[in-house]
Amino acid sequence: MEKLINDFSFGLFFWQMILFVLLLLLLKKFAWSPILSALNDREEGIKDALDSAEKARLEMQNLQSDNQKLLQEARSEREAMIKEAREIKETMISDAKEEAKTEADKMIINAQAAIESEKKSAIAEIKNQVASLSIDIAEKVVKSELADKDKQLKLVESMLNDATLN
Amino acid sequence: MQSKLAIKFLTVILFFFSFGLIAQDHSNEHQEVSHEQHEGTPEQVSLKTKIKESINHHLLDSHDFTFFSDSETGKHYGFPLPVILWDQEDGIQLFSSSKFHHGDAVAENNGKYYTLYHNKVYKTDAEGTITLDDHHHPTQAKPLDFSITKSVLMILITGILMLLAFVGMAKSFKKGPIVTGAGRFLEPIILYIRDDIAIPNIGEKKHRKYMPYLLTIFFFVWFLNLFGLTPLGVNVTGNIAITFALAIMTFIITQVSGNKNYWMHIFDPLGNSMPWYGKIPLYIILIPIEILGVFVKPFALMIRLYANIMAGHIVLMSLIGLIFVFQNWIGSSASFVLSFAISMIELLVALLQAYIFTMLSALYFGFAVVEHEEAH
Repeated sequence: MEKLINDFSFGLFFWQMILFVLLLLLLKKFAWSPILSALNDREEGIKDALDSAEKARLEMQNLQSDNQKLLQEARSEREAMIKEAREIKETMISDAKEEAKTEADKMIINAQAAIESEKKSAIAEIKNQVASLSIDIAEKVVKSELADKDKQLKLVESMLNDATLN
Repeated sequence: MQSKLAIKFLTVILFFFSFGLIAQDHSNEHQEVSHEQHEGTPEQVSLKTKIKESINHHLLDSHDFTFFSDSETGKHYGFPLPVILWDQEDGIQLFSSSKFHHGDAVAENNGKYYTLYHNKVYKTDAEGTITLDDHHHPTQAKPLDFSITKSVLMILITGILMLLAFVGMAKSFKKGPIVTGAGRFLEPIILYIRDDIAIPNIGEKKHRKYMPYLLTIFFFVWFLNLFGLTPLGVNVTGNIAITFALAIMTFIITQVSGNKNYWMHIFDPLGNSMPWYGKIPLYIILIPIEILGVFVKPFALMIRLYANIMAGHIVLMSLIGLIFVFQNWIGSSASFVLSFAISMIELLVALLQAYIFTMLSALYFGFAVVEHEEAH
């Protein structure tokens, strides 16, 4: 302890205090404040840049997911449209088939009816012709038969012979 | 792991060697007193005393800057520094330290006579008589010595270097966010002091106010410690006046920034944990201890830096001295290797002591500005 006190030099202490405080003030004004604020600014800048990068990334992600959604929608819409078209096609085909069938049936029925009536009228015609022909024939036969009087008498004779009362 | 082992090994060696040195020093003293009656030729003894003197001389501040001296011709190579003295009778006296002729002559200035005794200036007469009292202290009056000594010069040089380095760094920051030149090396240290010393100890909110002081003290102590390891032979941070000045600044800043919690912790350490009648008997003991603690903290700061640097210089110089004492291949080269290793350790110590000083200062500031009472 005595050596410490003995070694203590007031002059050196005095100069050290003055020089150190002076150094501290000068450094604070011209070095530490600008350096520390520059370091701070730089750190803030880095932080901001990172933040905005993160934000941009999120935005990008959102955009991408939006795109995905749009794509999905478009796809589903397309599928729906295709499906609808297919359905329409099928119904059209089936409708057409149905219509054709009924039309055909109707035609067949009509045709059948026409055939029937034609047939009937044809038969009636034939009957009429047959009747008139047979009448004509009969007339002619009768005429010819009746023209020959002997023969008539012979026939009446024979018939009367046959019609002997047995 | 290996390096740790090596350091341990060296520490052990150093430990024994330093004891040896102390013993040697004592034996030297005895030899001097008993007029060199014991072992050793007079030449060897005079070499040992010379080494011892040179170490002692190196450890002290001096009024001139001597790089080395030629003992045979008595010539000193260096330059003188201004001596500034003040006392009530004579007022301010200013003259060159070359008038002292390295302590060999009586300096005369404006009809007053001054002499150097153990590196201290005393008033004297034309013959330079010094009378000693029973404790071997001169009885002559001592003027206040405001001389620009070797240490003051080194402080000035360090200050200018720091200004150049850091103002340059600040300027390079103005040009862009990336620093150039020496700042590249200094920037991580500044960031380390901010992020690992100031913020954890003082807190995110309040550390800004103390950053200039912490940065200045760290670089100041570190640079001066490093200068001490150069062959310039300056021992600034190993000087009690310097460490006292640094410690008292930390002390003053701590007390000035002490808030309510800080003072409550000193004068009411137990808080509401106990009724007042229970606290009284405890406080008779506790409060003096707390008050003592306030002063012990900066005192420990002062002694720690002083003793570490001082011890480092003594050990290093003693080992270098041993090279000349041994004067043989084995001893001298062993001493050389050892002193080299110690130099490496001293480089580490230079940084470590600056770090510890800064760290503890930050810790004390943290105590002073603590916001809420934490559970102890």
